[in-house]
Amino acid sequence: MNEQHESGSFLVEMRGISKSFPGVQASDGIDLRLRYGEVLALLGENGAGKSTLMNILSGLYRPDSGEILVGGRHVTISGPRDAAALGIGMVHQNFMLVDTMTVTENVVLGIRDLAFIPDMAEIKRGILELSERYNLKVEPDAFIWQLSVGEQQRVEILKLLYRNAEILILDEPTAVLTPQEAQELNHVVKRMKGEGKSAVFITHKMEEVMSFSDRVMVLRKGKVVAGKDTKDTNPRDLAKLMVGREVLFQLDRKPFAPGSTVLELRDVCARDERGLPALSGVSFMIRAGEILGIAGVAGNGQRELSEVITGLRKASSGSISINCVDFTGKSPLEIIRSGVSHIPQDRIAVGAVGDMSVANNIAMKGYRSKPLSFAGMLRPRKILELARKMIDSFRISTPSPETRVKFLSGGNIQKTILAREIESCEALLIAVYPSRGLDIGATEAVRKELIAQRESGRAVLLISEDIDELVTTCDTIAVFFEGRVMGIMPAAGAEIEEIGLLMAGVKPGTEASA
Amino acid sequence: MKFYFEKRKALSVKAVVLVPVVSFVVSLLLTAVILFIFGANPLATYAAMFGGAFGSGRAFTETLVKAIPLMLTGLGVALAFKMRFWNIGAEGQLAMGGISAAAVALFASPWIPKVILLPAVLAGACLAGALWAGIPALLKTSLKVDETLTTLMMNYVAILISETLYYGPWRDPNGFGFPGTAPFPEAAWLPRFAGRAHIGLVFGVILAVALWIVLDRTRWGFELKIIGNSQASARYLGISVERNIVMAILLSGAASGLAGGCEVTAISHRLQQGMSLGYGYTAIIVAWMAQLNPIAVVFVSLLMAGLLVGGDQVQMMMGLPAAMGLVIQGMILFPMLAGSFFTEYHIKVVRSPKAAVAAGGAA
Repeated sequence: MNEQHESGSFLVEMRGISKSFPGVQASDGIDLRLRYGEVLALLGENGAGKSTLMNILSGLYRPDSGEILVGGRHVTISGPRDAAALGIGMVHQNFMLVDTMTVTENVVLGIRDLAFIPDMAEIKRGILELSERYNLKVEPDAFIWQLSVGEQQRVEILKLLYRNAEILILDEPTAVLTPQEAQELNHVVKRMKGEGKSAVFITHKMEEVMSFSDRVMVLRKGKVVAGKDTKDTNPRDLAKLMVGREVLFQLDRKPFAPGSTVLELRDVCARDERGLPALSGVSFMIRAGEILGIAGVAGNGQRELSEVITGLRKASSGSISINCVDFTGKSPLEIIRSGVSHIPQDRIAVGAVGDMSVANNIAMKGYRSKPLSFAGMLRPRKILELARKMIDSFRISTPSPETRVKFLSGGNIQKTILAREIESCEALLIAVYPSRGLDIGATEAVRKELIAQRESGRAVLLISEDIDELVTTCDTIAVFFEGRVMGIMPAAGAEIEEIGLLMAGVKPGTEASA
Repeated sequence: MKFYFEKRKALSVKAVVLVPVVSFVVSLLLTAVILFIFGANPLATYAAMFGGAFGSGRAFTETLVKAIPLMLTGLGVALAFKMRFWNIGAEGQLAMGGISAAAVALFASPWIPKVILLPAVLAGACLAGALWAGIPALLKTSLKVDETLTTLMMNYVAILISETLYYGPWRDPNGFGFPGTAPFPEAAWLPRFAGRAHIGLVFGVILAVALWIVLDRTRWGFELKIIGNSQASARYLGISVERNIVMAILLSGAASGLAGGCEVTAISHRLQQGMSLGYGYTAIIVAWMAQLNPIAVVFVSLLMAGLLVGGDQVQMMMGLPAAMGLVIQGMILFPMLAGSFFTEYHIKVVRSPKAAVAAGGAA
């Protein structure tokens, strides 16, 4: 596919692609063109049809109608293997790696013409050579479970490069990355572009479109609403195209007027699954009507912090009190009963039960008491009534309250959890990465709900990686690094650079290197 | 034209209903091939089986006799499987139920008023079944011991205990050397209503309805459903996972124990060899075929019992090996398991455009 090609020809051309699922038209006559050596951003809200379109290109779905040309030839892509043969490879949002195998083994896994007894040394050399060429640092003998999320993504990209992929599809690649890792990924993509490879990346973040792509295609409800050269556009226009209306980048809020202390942590320590210290002497408090944000790179004790407060993890020392009552070592149920709500980090495996209905998921906190149950019996009609109310007020887009949650989009799953947790919240709301992976509309809804909780006199703990989110939503920001509070400051007037340094473990005035 | 499998985006009610029916038809077709190889006319064989199982009042009551233990154990297994607890120990729990019923009926009867002797015997059976299931449940929840192994191994222990008892200390001295205990006092007999069919059927139906109500309509059932789907979610929602699993498995074992209790009090009136014809294992097939739905278990156990009884007829009337009934049973499970794939996926047909070039050749 590296032969000379006249200008104006396209590497990939998708014509009139349509694809429907029961109740949803996921793609509606979409045309897509990808030039040689181009990075195309596919921008759109959750459920706009970005992933469906790319799943069609990578062979996971077959279109109902439409045709695909690669290098000017008509092709039928009936599976990922066909796609790979055409030089098309996709890095999915959830990585497809085998945890208990090494990087090298994962890279060659599934290659068809591999020797019966593969020459692993030779393969390793190939991997190292690629990783050098693209500056994708990986340890070939490391096991996948030992790697960070960012490193795992590098393995996924290496997998594709090793298969000589010419077209890389990246599905929301930066959703799981730290800002630095995202920067590195950007360099990798640029280098691949320099070699004539092309990339499509799916995103709903404006900044990424601006910094990664040459061209951007905006999708809304399965249709192309715009296709522009990136240099001819700006984030505000793109946001408007994507959502179909003006987006508020500023949130209205009342002045900060904190009440009495709701949550207080004193010298809390805890260990992670491997028995290593995850929290070391954490102390802070949140007052009624206050949103406290925890800033920090994921994996610095944030998850453990939320688990310790909600009783899912035992604190090894220190004390936790809610409304001045000691709750150290109490069970999750006792803590729930004290009025604590929790939007967990893992919304699919923990926050929601995929095989149960939206209505049941909404009832999963309130089912213990009237009106949803009485004398041990559930009251389905009341549950449905509540669900309809919540679906309405949280704008959960679902075919019906009886639809199983696993058939909803990520944003709507999060709204379902949000509805349940906010409905049952009486004292404290803990939100862990609540807007991760959500589109602008859903993110806005989440932040508004957090502020509404603050306004009604509850305390909110917001754990986030997005500094902009913290600065716009919180009253107070505490920065976490390796399980410690590096500093606590008012959000108003907080310096983003200072927060960034603290997140990297550098105390102001003591930095050794930039 | 090409066929592809594609994951369903929504649950299809049609598929949920059709898959078991079509699977059953497929299994009949597959079995027909085997029958044909054995030189039997498949249609005549099926007709003989049907007649043998449902063709006469006597045949039907015999089918009921076998359906009752399948129903009770099937319900127990279905409940355990709903919790993702792979209880394959219904056979042992049934055996312990029989032993315990015999113990109460034979040795405690002098101290128990006649009116409540039968309830006491059956309660003993439930209790023993529950305890026998409770041991693996506790091992699983406290030490993470794999329940498939423990429940399976405890089957052999239970069966050997019962053999030891009726060959040894409990053997009827007036039994002419026949391996079995003395007959139970009549107050401990479970009443029959037609032929050998007994009111264990009522227990089965009541239990099925009760279980359906518990799972579908009660707070506890709601918690069990959450635990069965995601233990991480249950913990996060403040539900005690371990306690609820143990409780559900105790109930599961009690159902199988009751099956054993009914067998000895209604059919043999003593503990003897051949109490179970592998009901506890067939219960696994019953539970899966019923897709773990308690109400469906009632009907599926009738069907499976029909196969067992009809299979015996085949042996007698068609001169086929007795194992043919079991072969058919096994043949049912495979299409069922394969068929469950179609509740998650559907087939997509694509007409390839004329100009299309298959992509496979490159690389």
